[in-house]
Amino acid sequence: MKRRTVIGLAIATSIAGALSAGVASAQNTIKIGAVAPKTGPLAAGAAITHWPNIQLWAQQVNERGGLRMKDGSRRKVEIIEYDDRTNPGETIKAVERLATQDNADFIIAPYSTGLNVAAAPAFAKLGYPQITATAITDKIPELTQRYPSIFFALGSTTALAGSVADVLGKMRSEGKIGNRIAMVNVADAFGIELAEVSRPVFKKAGFEIVFDRSYPLGTQDLSPVVKGAKASNPDAFVAWSYPPDTFALTEQAKIEGLNVKAFYTAVATAFPAYGGKFGKSIEGHLGAGGVNMDSPEIQAYRAAHQKVTGKPADFWASAVTYASLQVLEQSIEAVGLDRKAVTDHINKSTFQTVMGPWKFVNQSIDKFWTVGQWQNGVFHGVASTGLPGAKPVIVKTGW
Amino acid sequence: MDILITGVLLGATYSLIAMGLTLQYGVARIMNLANGEMLVAGAFGAFWVFTAQKLSPFAAALFVVPGAFLLNWLIYRYLLRPLVRRAKNRGMLEVDTILATFGLSFVFVGVMTFAFGGEFFTYSYLAEPYRIFGSPFGQNRLAASATAAVICGLLYWGIHRTRPGTAMRAVAVDPTAAGLVAIDVPRVSAFAFALGGAVTATGGIVLSTFLTMDASIGVVFTMKALIIVIMGGVGDVRGAIIASLILGLAETAVASLIDPGLTLAAAYLLFVLILLFRPEGLFGRRQS
Repeated sequence: MKRRTVIGLAIATSIAGALSAGVASAQNTIKIGAVAPKTGPLAAGAAITHWPNIQLWAQQVNERGGLRMKDGSRRKVEIIEYDDRTNPGETIKAVERLATQDNADFIIAPYSTGLNVAAAPAFAKLGYPQITATAITDKIPELTQRYPSIFFALGSTTALAGSVADVLGKMRSEGKIGNRIAMVNVADAFGIELAEVSRPVFKKAGFEIVFDRSYPLGTQDLSPVVKGAKASNPDAFVAWSYPPDTFALTEQAKIEGLNVKAFYTAVATAFPAYGGKFGKSIEGHLGAGGVNMDSPEIQAYRAAHQKVTGKPADFWASAVTYASLQVLEQSIEAVGLDRKAVTDHINKSTFQTVMGPWKFVNQSIDKFWTVGQWQNGVFHGVASTGLPGAKPVIVKTGW
Repeated sequence: MDILITGVLLGATYSLIAMGLTLQYGVARIMNLANGEMLVAGAFGAFWVFTAQKLSPFAAALFVVPGAFLLNWLIYRYLLRPLVRRAKNRGMLEVDTILATFGLSFVFVGVMTFAFGGEFFTYSYLAEPYRIFGSPFGQNRLAASATAAVICGLLYWGIHRTRPGTAMRAVAVDPTAAGLVAIDVPRVSAFAFALGGAVTATGGIVLSTFLTMDASIGVVFTMKALIIVIMGGVGDVRGAIIASLILGLAETAVASLIDPGLTLAAAYLLFVLILLFRPEGLFGRRQS
């Protein structure tokens, strides 16, 4: 009888203990929502740049014991993930669901320009800060004015195009290239916007655009495009391209023997897979993005990325994505879970991130990498809007 | 000359995409919307063989082809056969199988994302120029065309010169009548469906040598295959080959002579024209 009571008591206490532990940890964890493509056209890009950083960040925060709150307590983070199938409607729905049904404390900004812009009204309406790390647009002033909760960290279209013109202009003034540019773009929002922005920029810089064509997204054979570009006998080749065509244009240029001194492709040039696929033959290739490989913070970040996720970080938006999560982390630690206070804090404060110190001016970071170049198997930043550590540009020597 | 060769190479690429669906739709009467995913699965096999095993991606055919054949046979046997049995007429079967395989395509995308991750998989293989009449062409594209020619030749020979092929043609023309002359229609249909899947997966192996793919890209190939199959005429291998070549040549000519931006427009214009003037497709039979 006595023994039974003891056992019963023991069971009761252990159940109560487990229950209270469960309650306590459920109360303690901070729910972080995440919505981005896991399937659909942008899934591959998100799988390289977006999702691994969320995994890395959550793992590192929880390994430290959680976020250190103002009152000295530690609270772990719990990530709730949704796949938006690269469909803006799904992104918005998932943001609303995270806010109203999952009661997420914060929501990580979605992936890509289009999905972030689409979700901006939902974030603003629900009062969640949206720190974007993969959105590039010239509409930053309008968007930040309309949505007080959105933040930009990757730069603007004009800055991206302007930097390419600067890099090429410098090469020309050093006598390394002439002034003939062959330009192609993918007929999709990103490519069209960049082509339109860059035409006047190149002309103003004194370049002659000798070939200017677009091709549809998903074109399976780009050899007519590359043949045409080659026939125009350019000094520099500039492609405002998306991942699959960045790979295809490079391979075709190699096959056709398009020998230019400056070869630029936009998105995906900074992906490790680009270097992996082409090896030494892309020495000197220019592309969108870049990273300061000499920074110890970046080195430590890249090592941790490789260790935790099992794959290398890309050479552009990966570190920016991680830095945007650090901004969220430091804001929560400073002011707690009040979303309004966090938004205010992001606006006012300076953050120590893997990208160096970050201070949002008019809700955007004005120092970012714009052009990178493959040098000795690494994609170094060679042009930025004021970041340290840019490497000198080298001339592409051949395939 | 350049345009001609480039166009034929692209056409061969397209025929690899479409050939499997022709068999599946023409003989087994299954409009398989998960066709593109089978192609991507084949490409994954090649990628894995090349990067992890350091072998030629074509070696992947050793397990991809039988694997795809078996998988498609199982899909037909356990997933689609009940639909075939239930269907009262061809229209109903088409609607049912389109819905079923559309759902199946999501399952495949999910499984592949889970198994291989969502990233791009791309590698360089035979990405060297080969000169024909002084113009450089990618060796991998030439290899793809050669494979396409071999596959098309084998299929054509198999379908028109062998006994099982004759049975397949009979089923394609009229499943009921074929049953009356002692052809095991369910078996022939299952075989055609499985063969179609194996051919598509082989196409994936070859295409992966020059196209960048990811787990979600299958739908792009499904769309292209649909256009070609409908253009060529349902259930005729020759039709699919001719339609692929026409499409490849037209797209290359437009891209080279007018503007690469108009290739899609040209492809769909051709598609519309053929539908207007020959709704049954180039080699299709008029419905009596």
